[in-house]
Amino acid sequence: MGELASGEVEPALKQEGIVMEFWQTLQTMLGSPLMQRALVIAVLVGVAAPVMGTYLVQRRLALLGDGIGHIALTGVAMGWLAGSAAGLATHDVLAVPGAVVAAVVGAILIEVVRERGRTSADVALALLFYGGIAGGVLLIGVAGGTSANLTGYLFGSIATVTGLDVWLSVGLAAVILGVGLGLRPALFALCHDEEFARASGLPARALNILVAVLAALTVSVSMRVVGVLLVSAIMIVPVAVAQLLTHSFRTTMALAMGIGAAVSVAGLAITYYQPLSPGATIVVLAIGVYALAAAAAPLLGRRRTARAAVS
Amino acid sequence: MAVSVRGLRVELGGSLVLDGVDASVRQGKAVAILGANGSGKSTLVKSLVGLVPVTAGEVEIFGAAGKLPWSRIGYVPQRMGAGSGVPATAAEVVASGLLDNRRLRPGRGARRRSLEALEGVGLADRASASVQVLSGGQQQRVLIARALIREPDLLIMDEPLAGMDQESREALARTLAGLQDRGATVLLVLHELGELTALIRRTLVLEEGRIAYDGPARLPGSEAEAEQDRHAHPASSWPGPAVAGTATAQAPDLSRKW
Repeated sequence: MGELASGEVEPALKQEGIVMEFWQTLQTMLGSPLMQRALVIAVLVGVAAPVMGTYLVQRRLALLGDGIGHIALTGVAMGWLAGSAAGLATHDVLAVPGAVVAAVVGAILIEVVRERGRTSADVALALLFYGGIAGGVLLIGVAGGTSANLTGYLFGSIATVTGLDVWLSVGLAAVILGVGLGLRPALFALCHDEEFARASGLPARALNILVAVLAALTVSVSMRVVGVLLVSAIMIVPVAVAQLLTHSFRTTMALAMGIGAAVSVAGLAITYYQPLSPGATIVVLAIGVYALAAAAAPLLGRRRTARAAVS
Repeated sequence: MAVSVRGLRVELGGSLVLDGVDASVRQGKAVAILGANGSGKSTLVKSLVGLVPVTAGEVEIFGAAGKLPWSRIGYVPQRMGAGSGVPATAAEVVASGLLDNRRLRPGRGARRRSLEALEGVGLADRASASVQVLSGGQQQRVLIARALIREPDLLIMDEPLAGMDQESREALARTLAGLQDRGATVLLVLHELGELTALIRRTLVLEEGRIAYDGPARLPGSEAEAEQDRHAHPASSWPGPAVAGTATAQAPDLSRKW
């Protein structure tokens, strides 16, 4: 009897020990200022990026974010160039502002090319992809750096965020969420049926440019977390997951925001324990969620069709 | 005048699509625009709502030249726009019809109004369904509800019957009759009058960008037009015995295909 009791007590104690250890690690994790900043940015990006991603997926421009991201790389290099020309102590202090400017200009250019219809959208995107990367590598060399300096921007460097970066992200995310959610009816109308939006008198051109500029800001703010090469993933993959499971625009957007925030925080937390790239971990997690949802969706779908057949 | 067009010329991609169209429609009338494919009928209605640039001439809607009174116009395109990668419910699509140049947000009661508009086209029970799972005819009715939600004084429809099943065609005829009772003007681009024969008093026939006929729907010599139409669209000669009977009685010349 006594032996049996002690045998039961031991695993319970062990479990308690693991829980304690978990709480302690969580406390140290949350106590680290670096991790705090990284978490704030991850949550902001996770929530804001899918908002613009929903509009881009709706108008079948899922790769636009990628195109803008590549241009942002040229912007990063331009920021470096400006920084070293001005003799600033740290070369990359102007990198993110440079990316914001280049991304916004590039996004408006894409929109103009698309509207004119002279070049098909995919060719225009291809020009931006390669022009952006080549421009970035070229300019970083001119600025006295090497393409190794760009790696942090290509794959994300959430571990090196500064207090200034956090404030910049908070500002950009506030703009994206404010406009993206506040003007949702008009942006939905535009992205769902542009011809009808124009026939209704909606300022389609201004709204198109607004979408492009907001997408550019989203790319700039997400760049630090997942990097230029993966920036589109954090905008698009949560939406791809959500649209498998919903049938309204509103819930798709809300669910995508939730998924975005969840994978961003979870991915970041994993990299606190394991020496992995945060950006890549977040994206792989998101794609894992997509695979799960894709496997579950046919079951949900069958139920939905059955209901539709009854009604 | 609800609609007045003078000397309208439209050039698209270097070719002249409309070549001097003059026409006007009085308030409260229902007018059908007929013509073969490529005759410019869709371009004509698109130029009314500002979707194609006018090369020369004047378009006046409710007496206002240049600036369109958007909130009074309801437009129904031929089919739902291509951009629909993200699911959207019928109610959401219909609510977007509440927006115009002054309103970027639909305001209070949008949900209720959207349900009412869907009820008007007989789709109240599909309000929460994704438009992607609706049939072609039901999608077309969603687009009609989207145009009607703003309670337009002028309804412009681009081939509403295309791809519609009979149930949807009959629902459309009822909806339009209701609009007419309210005193609204209806302008329809059509291939055939079909179920709408009873509503239409006047037809405009376009040929190569010019008006070839403008007069009562029951016109002598329309047989040739109807004949042409029938040959161009053999798929539309679906059987509809019940409706065919009434339509034939009202307008024998245009609907004798049954």
